[in-house]
Amino acid sequence: MGNLEILLQAPIFSVQLLIDGLLVGSIFALAAYGMALLWGVMNIINISQGDYVILGGYVTLTLYNAGIHPLFGVPVAAVVLFIVGWAIYRAVIYRVVDRDLFISILATFGISILLQQLMDQIFGADIQSAESGLGQIFLFDNQVTVSQIKLVALAVVIVVGVALVLFFKKSRMGQAIRATAQNARAARLMGINTDRVYAMTFAMNAALCGAAGALVVMTWVIQPFIGLAYTIRSFMIVVVAGLGNIAGVVAAALGLGAAEQFAAFLLGAEFQIGFVFGLLVVILLVRNMVLKRQRQVLK
Amino acid sequence: MNGRGKMALYVVAAIAALLIPQVPMLQPYLIQFAFLWVMILFAMTWDVMGGQMGYNSFGNIVFFGVGMYATAVVQRDLYFTIEEYANVAGGEQAALTPVEYLTGLALGMGAGGVLAVVIAAVLGSGILGLRGHYFAICTLGLGIAAGELASGWDYIGAGSGLVTPLVPDALGERGPFFFYLFLVLAMITFAVLKRLYAGQFGLAINAIRDDEDKADALGLHATRYKTVAWCVSGFFLALTGGAFGNLVIFIDPTDVAFAGPTFGVWMVLMAILGGKGTLWGPVIGATVFHITQEIFWTYLFGWQRVALGLLIVVVVVFFPLGIVGWLRERWPQRFGEVVDEDARRGQVSLEAER
Repeated sequence: MGNLEILLQAPIFSVQLLIDGLLVGSIFALAAYGMALLWGVMNIINISQGDYVILGGYVTLTLYNAGIHPLFGVPVAAVVLFIVGWAIYRAVIYRVVDRDLFISILATFGISILLQQLMDQIFGADIQSAESGLGQIFLFDNQVTVSQIKLVALAVVIVVGVALVLFFKKSRMGQAIRATAQNARAARLMGINTDRVYAMTFAMNAALCGAAGALVVMTWVIQPFIGLAYTIRSFMIVVVAGLGNIAGVVAAALGLGAAEQFAAFLLGAEFQIGFVFGLLVVILLVRNMVLKRQRQVLK
Repeated sequence: MNGRGKMALYVVAAIAALLIPQVPMLQPYLIQFAFLWVMILFAMTWDVMGGQMGYNSFGNIVFFGVGMYATAVVQRDLYFTIEEYANVAGGEQAALTPVEYLTGLALGMGAGGVLAVVIAAVLGSGILGLRGHYFAICTLGLGIAAGELASGWDYIGAGSGLVTPLVPDALGERGPFFFYLFLVLAMITFAVLKRLYAGQFGLAINAIRDDEDKADALGLHATRYKTVAWCVSGFFLALTGGAFGNLVIFIDPTDVAFAGPTFGVWMVLMAILGGKGTLWGPVIGATVFHITQEIFWTYLFGWQRVALGLLIVVVVVFFPLGIVGWLRERWPQRFGEVVDEDARRGQVSLEAER
């Protein structure tokens, strides 16, 4: 807690933390939006969400090691993860879509362990990152630094977000996905191939995570076993924002990013992951208390 | 089989298990057997929540770690000062007399058990209000948060872990000592759970699993039963953890005590593999899992954890009933269930139409 004094004496630090947090949070928003999509359309909570993020990061890292600029990793990771997601849907997920929620949680948990260990075997357990080679921007008399790659990441997130909104509004597939989310049986009666919709949704979610992972590896670091933290972050964001609320998802993600930066600065970086998981417990308990109060009012 | 015949069968099985160390051929594997009893304890305690009550907890590992740390800390602080202990932990360990060792172990396990019950009761009052997947993911977060907390807390050794005392020579070899310790613990747990499931408590938690709102509306104090169930599960798991710390000698916060990705997942997998919500399912599931793991996993050279993930997916997706659950579906009469043939035929034809 000694760092609190630093923060009070030099308020400019909090500007730095806030900017960093908001920029990181924008990346969380991508993965969280994918989770909200799956949850809303297929009623599946995907524990392997974060591992797609990390896998996307490793795809980008492979390109980077081959001498290609990591920014190209964003579309490549999205495409690769789209294929992986489609394959996973065809192999496992379609068998658990209509079943007990716990079965899908456990099945995706199994997939998560499988992916983690595969990445550990293939890429090694070291912490790695890809250098984008972009510079820094200095603000406020050089007291606040913002790396340009984080701004690029923000731009990518905005572009993807707008593209998604347009996709759901305009395209046939987007409309079919929305229809299935509202009522799967009615959609089937209207001639929508819901199985294809589900496959598309799952693959799109994986692609979103892959793009997020490509940004993570450029702005931060990746390691085979930190995927679960991204799953939990996405879950938290969706719980706070609610389903089908893209503005809420973005706001919650930015908030979480900023909160994490402050927590890491005040408590020490070694407690950042602990803070994320602790915050999850707190958020769920508070949510439950609020719901309970609402139920009592209804009586 | 009538009640007396069953009782005789249990007694014979218990005596057979107690006699294993006398068989010369099995003597080198006593530590392996001790691990097997631990696995059975894992699966049985998880099944109280996940199987019988339908609250799928990913965070039961918290109680395991709490018990382990509580026991180790009591053992440490009872006879040593911390400085002394830090010195001996590196090289030679100060020898304890058997009485000192056993007192420390018993007191430590007792303290761990009590602490786990307190934690279960306090956490339970909030967390057990969550339903379904919210509960599952909240407990998942709890387990990992506990591990992160333990790795940052200096009093219990932080990230560098904690060393537990060695078994004094006068108590014989490690093998038989831990074999009997865990076997007795597993037997007591099994007997207590069997007794609990047979009575009102079992009916109540099964009712909560089947439909909590209805059970609540019928006047069942659902929250009270849920908390008690978590306390029971946590208590035995903490005892297991306390003794397990002494078995492995070195406690690492995230790899041994709060080992969510290994033990925490195994308990769920073993209970489901054997058949969750049945008395014998967890025992059978743990045995099958442990044997497969020991025999085959040595040949996988680091790919065994990949295989674990695959195994979870396959078991959950294709075999969710588990071994005992499948047998029960196949031969319901053997499990004392009355089958209405007409209703069954109707159900089969319905399934065929689908």
